[in-house]
Amino acid sequence: MKISNETIIEMYEKMVKIRKFENRAMNLFAEGQVGGFVHLYIGEEAVATGVCASLRDDDYITSTHRGHGHILAKGGDMKYMMAELFGKETGYCKGKGGSMHIADATKGILGANGIVGAGHNIAVGAGLAAQYKGTDQVCACFFGDASTNQSTFHEGLNLASTWKLPVIFICENNGYGISVSQARHQNITDISQRAVSYNIPGITVDGNDVFAVFEAVQEAVARARKGQGPTLIECKTYRWRGHFEGDPTVYRPEGELEQWKKKDPIPRAEKYILDNQVMTQAEMDQLNKKIDAEVEEAVDFALASKFPDVASAVLDVYTDIVEEGRTR
Amino acid sequence: MRELTYGQGIKEGMRIKMLENPDVFIFGEDVGLFGGCFGVTSGLFEEFGEKRVRDTPISEGAIIGAAVGAAAVGLRPIPELMFVDFSTVGMDQLVNQAAKMRYMFGGKLKLPMVVRLPSGGGVAAAAQHSQSLEAWFTHVPGLKVVYPSNAQDAIGLMLTAIDDDNPIIYLENKTLYAVTGQVEDEVKPIPLGKANIKREGSDVTIITYGKQVYDSLKAAELLEKDGIDAEVIDLRSLYPLDKEAIFESVKKTHKVVIVSEEAKRGSYAGELAAIIADECFYECDAPIKRVCALNTPIPFSGNLEAYVLPNADDVVEAVKSLF
Ligand SMILES: Cc1ncc(C[n+]2csc(CCOP(=O)(O)OP(=O)(O)O)c2C)c(N)n1
Ligand SMILES: [Mg+2]
Repeated sequence: MKISNETIIEMYEKMVKIRKFENRAMNLFAEGQVGGFVHLYIGEEAVATGVCASLRDDDYITSTHRGHGHILAKGGDMKYMMAELFGKETGYCKGKGGSMHIADATKGILGANGIVGAGHNIAVGAGLAAQYKGTDQVCACFFGDASTNQSTFHEGLNLASTWKLPVIFICENNGYGISVSQARHQNITDISQRAVSYNIPGITVDGNDVFAVFEAVQEAVARARKGQGPTLIECKTYRWRGHFEGDPTVYRPEGELEQWKKKDPIPRAEKYILDNQVMTQAEMDQLNKKIDAEVEEAVDFALASKFPDVASAVLDVYTDIVEEGRTR
Repeated sequence: MRELTYGQGIKEGMRIKMLENPDVFIFGEDVGLFGGCFGVTSGLFEEFGEKRVRDTPISEGAIIGAAVGAAAVGLRPIPELMFVDFSTVGMDQLVNQAAKMRYMFGGKLKLPMVVRLPSGGGVAAAAQHSQSLEAWFTHVPGLKVVYPSNAQDAIGLMLTAIDDDNPIIYLENKTLYAVTGQVEDEVKPIPLGKANIKREGSDVTIITYGKQVYDSLKAAELLEKDGIDAEVIDLRSLYPLDKEAIFESVKKTHKVVIVSEEAKRGSYAGELAAIIADECFYECDAPIKRVCALNTPIPFSGNLEAYVLPNADDVVEAVKSLF
């Protein structure tokens, strides 16, 4: 498949954006400026990027607890994300959600999610709505390897395949659910095999190769838009950081991380870009600088923003009812 | 006496019973190799091995369901869900199976299982990792519910819970795990349904459990400065409930404030208020007050979370409103 230079550059930019955003978030957490549960996407950038490059603005995604990469890839704005990590009123969720619950309805981002497995069926619902209304929108559903042991995974695939819904199930197989390695949580190595039970295409791709992800998703999206139903795409990848910031990662065999760092998706894309003269080194450096500045701007924006007024705590529970605030 | 954290207390209770009875075993997400998301089971995997301290896949339905099946045929499982919020995923197994099997089958089965559920807010974990859902469990006939507030009670209640032949919901407050307390060298089992008077007083009865025991004791100290002598009752066991201890106290003080971290609407605090109104109304000379969280999900941002959750000052204010 010939990928246009424009798309290649766009994907490279997205991956670098995610990496730099996550590195900054990591430092902010270490400095105690950002709290709560923070799950970073470093090392897995090619997955979200390769997937979202095949989506339109009006397509949907469902995300997970490890959502920053998905949101950036789908066009989320760094400023509002960063502000949400800080719990500021200018954040995507006005400070109510934090890292684990970022959503942007205007970009079809149906939310990062704190419940493992909750996205599978929400994605099915978004796909159902597209089919119901007769649009050709699709929904990409991101989820981890360990989430495929929830009943929701099986229920979602069954429903989507039976009703031929336009859902692309993207499994980010990073080999672990927190401390439990894949070999200890399921009796298979290729999660794409599970597609067989639902009679839908299931494929495994190198999740650290953004072009491989892109190609696989292009095909799945085309099928979905034509009403040919869902696809399960397993992307093999690895998270560089602990499960959450603060995780001592005692469960990792020695050398495993180093092996995976050699497969870093970003230098791999850079090599392709240089070899094929899509960009020059100088252009790439320029782009990196631009993104550095963008990340700093986002941090400045977050820092300059205010914490939400406490009166806002009782808003947004319902569309209409405002709950009672403190009398005290 | 010795000093233990609340988390260590929970572990000690399980460990004692595991040493005593080979049918007692633990399973849940990351409870083994990792020692539990909050470190409560740390060391047990090494001590008892993978057979008795098992890491499970992320499958809350299977975790609770497998506990039900194993208990039904004679084991004494201690399943852990990482957060009480995830009980929703295993709720059928808990509510329609664990709680009902004995009754439906005419008393033919025993279900000795202790489900550990870390609860509560205050750690910036936001709406899906911060809830206090005790009312859901106390509402279901067939479940017993305990909620220790300190290391000593954590051990004593665990010992009793594991020996009990019924499904027990063992709630833990995650802000208390590192809180230390004095523990007897050999802790005795604490019977379920026995409250603990944490502070004797004559002017008002503060009924609470879990983390709010600390808030209430702090409030009692503040109230003392204003000449109000508060009695603080730590329920420890929500069902069975020590009605006697509650009524005794109300007969003495004639004023009641109930403190919990739940969203107020439909809370167990409401049930407690109803029981007192129902059975002890004429002993009260003021409205029965509840101090709870606001009726919202738990927000992420620190100032919003603090605004939503109850604290010691709220207890002080509620008590003062009765005088
Ligand atoms: C229903 C539910 N169970 C457990 C958890 C705790 N938890 C959060 S992330 C996680 C591991 C998820 O693993 P995986 O799906 O592979 O995603 P990854 O973190 O590897 O990206 C667990 C157990 C949760 N949030 N929700
Ligand atoms: Mg994983």
